[in-house]
Amino acid sequence: MSDLWYQLKKNKIAMSGLFMTIILIILAITAPWIAPYDPYEMAPDARFAEPSLAHFLGTDQFGRDILSRIIYGSRISLQVGIISVGLSFVLGTLIGVVAAYYGKWVDAALSRLTDVMFSFPDILLALVIMAILGPSLTNLMIAVGIVYTPIFARIARGSVLSIKNSLFIEAARSMGVSNLKIMWKHILPNSMAPLIVQVTLSFAFAILAEAALSFLGLGVSPDTPSWGIMLSEGKSWMESAWWIAVFPGIAITLAVFSFNVMGDGLRDALDPRLKNESS
Amino acid sequence: MATEEILKVEGLKKYFEVSNGFLRKKSIVKAVDDVSLTVKRGETLGIVGESGCGKSTTGRLLMRLLDATEGTVHFEGENIMEWSRSELKKRRRDFQMIFQDPFASLNPRMKVEEIIEEPLLTIGMEKKERKERVSQLLQDVGIPESYKGRFPHEFSGGQRQRIGIARALALKPKLIIADEPVAALDVSIQAQIINLLMDLQKEYGFTYLFIAHDLSVVQYISDRVGVMYLGQMMELAESDELYEHPLHPYTQALLSAIPVPDIHAKKEKITLTGEVPSPDNPPSGCRFHTRCPIATERCKQEVPEFREIKNGHYVACHEV
Repeated sequence: MSDLWYQLKKNKIAMSGLFMTIILIILAITAPWIAPYDPYEMAPDARFAEPSLAHFLGTDQFGRDILSRIIYGSRISLQVGIISVGLSFVLGTLIGVVAAYYGKWVDAALSRLTDVMFSFPDILLALVIMAILGPSLTNLMIAVGIVYTPIFARIARGSVLSIKNSLFIEAARSMGVSNLKIMWKHILPNSMAPLIVQVTLSFAFAILAEAALSFLGLGVSPDTPSWGIMLSEGKSWMESAWWIAVFPGIAITLAVFSFNVMGDGLRDALDPRLKNESS
Repeated sequence: MATEEILKVEGLKKYFEVSNGFLRKKSIVKAVDDVSLTVKRGETLGIVGESGCGKSTTGRLLMRLLDATEGTVHFEGENIMEWSRSELKKRRRDFQMIFQDPFASLNPRMKVEEIIEEPLLTIGMEKKERKERVSQLLQDVGIPESYKGRFPHEFSGGQRQRIGIARALALKPKLIIADEPVAALDVSIQAQIINLLMDLQKEYGFTYLFIAHDLSVVQYISDRVGVMYLGQMMELAESDELYEHPLHPYTQALLSAIPVPDIHAKKEKITLTGEVPSPDNPPSGCRFHTRCPIATERCKQEVPEFREIKNGHYVACHEV
């Protein structure tokens, strides 16, 4: 672990990503103490207030403080990101590894299943799942998790296929190591790199998917401070009150960016072959 | 040397079905076609041949990493082809393999210690005992124990092969199948590894099946040598006998190609013409007749029998 940290520390961009991610997490945890206003409190006389000392990032059409809503929104975004991406990562990797390792009809069955899921547009598939499960934040996370599972399954499958016939796997088989152990100790660690990159990308997609579904009324209720809802609502006032949409947009961009660069750095740090090269 | 047979292979065949593209006829590659041999306990049997002659496939068949199309393999009197999966797992410890490419045969994400420990884990050895065994193995193969926490990429090719050897030795196997263990190494390192293998054999009494394409390497390490061509055994004899009195024209050609470190040496080099025929459509009769300098009509039609000419000297050729 200390080794991984040492590697990561050398990568300045990854460190800045990590730094911003930590800030995001701190924001989410300490939201009730640091937010200057109640994110739900409406103020009819302070509607469409421009960014000022009273409201650093201005107020929206109901006079709610945007900074406070963004701080509270980090909770929803992080929660959706972690849980839905975690779900698709575990499920997808499991499907991909099993499909590629056992091959033949197992592979055919699992691959066709993921192909079918792939053939639907992301949002449409999420809508169908949400329609079946009913609107709620939990169901939204399940839906987003299921929608992104095939991506992980496909990446894991490709990654495993490329190393499955490696000599060291054959060596392990020749020593009598069980299939389960080969998958866990030899195949998984060596196919992690592309999956970790995909985690960071999916994190961004998950945050956006949450926004889209919430906008369509299928996620969290419209008064909940979620970056996606704020962005969607704010775009109606882009010409008169740009701050309503722009600041949540910046928040999403920053969050997505920090996860991406952190994932990139993590991928390099996890690869022992890159160890002695300066980055 | 004990004369007891540890491994007896009879009529081993491995055919691969190769598809030539959509809707086309599938062809069959006869990678190993009717190979029989015996390995005596404590000896080193070398197998040589050109690339694609089926020597590595033979090694994998004997390890049951591939399933044979036909034939039997008896290990200490038991037919390994009949072992069930669980039985095979239990018996794996008796025969282990050293692989050709030490850069690919070690998991890049495992430490040396973990790599060597892995076979020990399959038999459920206690942690303390395991650590001791790893130290002993590292010492045996000449890797400083302080390197056990390093990853494979931190070692040179020769050192990696030593780690591969330590892993193969971990379970104290009776038979070690070495699939071109030095082919990927520098010439200067080859000798070190071969000497290491021979020292280990002296100390622990392993039996080796040594697969290689380099005749001089095989001559040095082997008690007996078998020459393969296109999936079949052409000649098999005691090492000295084979090198001094090669009977098969193919063996003669191979031996004449070994460079002699003497500028005054006058040696006639037999140059073979043509390419090795494709194993999916091997020549009729004797497989070597298309390139053989002394081939006759009979060679094109009849498959020569692999027969004993002298004591322990087998050859498959009509003209001998």
